[in-house]
Amino acid sequence: MEFYPKVYLYRRIVKSKLFIDDNYADAIDLDHIADEAFFSKFHFIRLFKKTYGKTPHQYLTWVRIEKSKLLLKEEITVSEVCYAVGFDSVSSFTGLFKRMAGQTPSAYQQNCINKQLEIETEPLRHIPNCFAEMNGWTKRAIFKKSELI
Amino acid sequence: MLDQDSAYDFYVNKLGFKVHTDAPMGPGMRWLTVNPPEQPDLEIALMAINEGMMFTKESAEGMRKLVAGGTFGFGVFECNDLLATYEELKAKGVEFTKAPTQEFYGFEALFKDDSGNWFSLGQKGK
Repeated sequence: MEFYPKVYLYRRIVKSKLFIDDNYADAIDLDHIADEAFFSKFHFIRLFKKTYGKTPHQYLTWVRIEKSKLLLKEEITVSEVCYAVGFDSVSSFTGLFKRMAGQTPSAYQQNCINKQLEIETEPLRHIPNCFAEMNGWTKRAIFKKSELI
Repeated sequence: MLDQDSAYDFYVNKLGFKVHTDAPMGPGMRWLTVNPPEQPDLEIALMAINEGMMFTKESAEGMRKLVAGGTFGFGVFECNDLLATYEELKAKGVEFTKAPTQEFYGFEALFKDDSGNWFSLGQKGK
């Protein structure tokens, strides 16, 4: 059985983090999470930040933005993504997204669409030539630049 | 990798890596790379071991046995907090062959991916 100092503390903090990972789209009460982990709110925030470099609230926001990136790649509208990941204001979501991702949700989505189109039509631009040669992909006509684009 | 779909699940859903490129390259062929979340420019290719231009049938079978037997260690990962990362990955079903241990060279754990490849996981600065 593994044992190290404060293993019980780590397990409670990790459990809280995993709870946020699984329930980020809901209206999470971080006070409730602290209670479930048997910590005072102050102690919980301090330990969480020491472990993950972010407060629980900052981490929740980060998870929501990361999940929104995945949905934006699916070409779902910005407002739908906003509500799907747990934000209740499109303007707040857009502002936060831009601050954290360096571009607006719309710009991010368009860049993803453009990259995916390039992967589909010119996949060899994204594969090291040595691997493409070893797999025989450079010899295949379908990977030549599409004349339709 | 023994199976790219399984590898996708392991690296993306368990380790939390991001998909860098996922390109279908014809029947049964897929170029799949992932990256650690903080290193968007580092691509790790999750390559299937199949008979083809790279492997004969016999060499592919031999390679698959070696991989499944845990022969290959492909590198070292680092994290900010090894104990927390260890607990989280264990909770997600990642198999560790060594729990976090203070060695003379650092604080380290060892884990295996879904195919059997093993990795060292260390803590930055410790």
